[in-house]
Amino acid sequence: MSDKKKELKPNTYKFDTLSLHAGYQPHKNAGSRQVPIYQTTSYLFDDVDHAAALFNLERGGHIYSRISNPTVGVLEERVASLEGGTAALATSSGMSAIFLTVMTLCEAGDHLVVSSQLYGGTVNLFRLTLPKFGIKCTFVKPRDTEGFKKAIQKNTKGIFGELVGNPGNEIMNMPEIAKIAHDAGIPLMVDATYQTPYLCKPFEHGADIVIHSLTKWMAGHGSSMAGILVEGGKFDWMQNDKFPTMTKPYEGYHGLSFAEEFGPTAFTMKARAEGMRDFGPCLSPQNAWNVLQGIETLSVRMKKHCSNAEEMVKYLSNHESVAWVSHPSVPDHPDHKLAKKLLPNGRGSMIAFGIKGGKDAGVAFINNVKLASHLANVGDTRTLVIHPASGTHSQMDEATLKFAGLSHDMIRLSVGIEDIDDIKNDFEIGFRAARKPRLVSNQ
Amino acid sequence: MKFKVNNNEVFASTGGRPFDKKKPLIIFVHGSGLTHMTWVLQTRYFAFHGYNALAVDLPGHGLSSGESLKSIEEMADWVKDVIDAVGHKKASLVGHSQGCLVTVECTSRYPDKIKTLSLMGGAGAIPMNPELLSLAENNDPKAVDLMMDWAHGPAGHFGGHPVPGLYHINTGTMLAKSRTIQNTLGVDFRACDNYKNGFDAAKKIKCPTLSILATDDKMCPVKEGKKLASLIDGSQVDIIDNCGHMMLLEEADRVLTVLKKFITTNYPPLSS
Repeated sequence: MSDKKKELKPNTYKFDTLSLHAGYQPHKNAGSRQVPIYQTTSYLFDDVDHAAALFNLERGGHIYSRISNPTVGVLEERVASLEGGTAALATSSGMSAIFLTVMTLCEAGDHLVVSSQLYGGTVNLFRLTLPKFGIKCTFVKPRDTEGFKKAIQKNTKGIFGELVGNPGNEIMNMPEIAKIAHDAGIPLMVDATYQTPYLCKPFEHGADIVIHSLTKWMAGHGSSMAGILVEGGKFDWMQNDKFPTMTKPYEGYHGLSFAEEFGPTAFTMKARAEGMRDFGPCLSPQNAWNVLQGIETLSVRMKKHCSNAEEMVKYLSNHESVAWVSHPSVPDHPDHKLAKKLLPNGRGSMIAFGIKGGKDAGVAFINNVKLASHLANVGDTRTLVIHPASGTHSQMDEATLKFAGLSHDMIRLSVGIEDIDDIKNDFEIGFRAARKPRLVSNQ
Repeated sequence: MKFKVNNNEVFASTGGRPFDKKKPLIIFVHGSGLTHMTWVLQTRYFAFHGYNALAVDLPGHGLSSGESLKSIEEMADWVKDVIDAVGHKKASLVGHSQGCLVTVECTSRYPDKIKTLSLMGGAGAIPMNPELLSLAENNDPKAVDLMMDWAHGPAGHFGGHPVPGLYHINTGTMLAKSRTIQNTLGVDFRACDNYKNGFDAAKKIKCPTLSILATDDKMCPVKEGKKLASLIDGSQVDIIDNCGHMMLLEEADRVLTVLKKFITTNYPPLSS
């Protein structure tokens, strides 16, 4: 027998186990091994006292499925556990999660500093829609870390960005930008849809709120729309007077101060109590269940997504029809070192590449691939392609396209988990078709 | 609300209702390294039903200023000072874990001030694992991770919180890491380890007392809780199945239901 004393180690469940089990106890649900789908709008109160207690946030429980639902609640807890967050709130889409986050944080007259490289819909929200609510934004290029600092104003309430920008794969220096935000007494909000918590846990690098479009890799099968906001629990809302709606008595709940009462879960509590009550972008229990099925295999799928993506990077980098390839795994990618630090488990499966022959070649390529699907989504198990300048970002003018780092020759590729040889063979068909218009024009 | 005790500012949550001197007072005392927020699923009910529910942050914890108190006896005196500071003559006390040691000692020292005593996951003594104590005193975050592991029962490790979307292991971790670990958890663990008077103090208690214990509590096992309860005349015991030491979160509704019946029976609210 060894005399060596056994080191104490916490035995809380690890990532793969939490993916399957977190947020759910079968013995409280008729022993059902699978999470039940609570397809209901509302929930019986025991008596009048119980009803009042639920409405006053005196006890936990469900009232109406716009505010919360037991199936959706399992999803929320599961994602919070995987991210290392204190609480989460699921919504009907990723966009509604972003909108709810902003509306929980800001009032008319407030300002946000926002990364310029975002999904086109998000750009439009910040550039065109939020100003209608009196919330203004300053856009900063994601690699311009100092620019984020310079853009902060007296009325700035937060910094927002996609960790890896869509579609150009520019990476925000999250730890440094988090420090800038915290020095200014404001939170950093990160859309980490491309990474999922398997590749990166933004709270470990200073983020305060993490947002996902669960529609993408988390659900993973292209079947269901869903979004979520997750709270890190470290941000001190009471450190300054910038967030009165978090710290002052709230008329809508008998003078409740969310920060005093709920501390590390205050933001989520407010987003639910106020945001879901007043805006109502609730997630359906069926879609929550579909996303839960996806999360069960998240780490298995992400490994395959990443290994296929790295194979595709090699293939594209050596292809005669490809002008350039952008992926954080490429050694000469400007953020290669940062990606190694922030994304230790893989650099993701989104690749942007430039096709020789510009826009016409891009269109020919997209129109001729057979296995890869041409559609406006990413993070499906299947390989997806799109030409952003004529698709996801088509509502932008030339100047905005340029500022967002988009070019007309760019193809956005979301690498699926098919056999890698089949994906390459399909791309050969696309590239052959793309070369034809150039041959014609050269004659 | 904020008020002063021994020249230090004290923060106490009032459960979302303004403090009203006419209403009977309940003071909730948190466990080692934690804050008033552990009580959120109990205090708000009492605050909305005819009581002043004060969930205090011990000195140096949460939003209270000053340095952490170094002994259970000092904390017990401090709780008495809180009753005086808010202008009440009597109070009901509710404690969790270390808070049980504090409230047992306080009740034995000031029997005329305490109307009822409710103990959650309590024991007469809480000797600390030496390695855990050392980690906490050396500011090692692993101390918090170990505490959160041991403090939750097997069911609690899966989650399934009554408040939708809240993952309580991470929430507890964040509370315990919200201030410098060695100054809160380290000092508290040492105070628990040093405290030897729990069983003698219990013998002096004459007020109605309730102990809520949990079958999967590794930190204050049922056996220890029962031993303490057996020394208090007429003490009631309620045991929760499939639950660990963090019963306030793991089985928040059950705890509230039992607590509500006990306190309203023995220390009625101010009727509106």
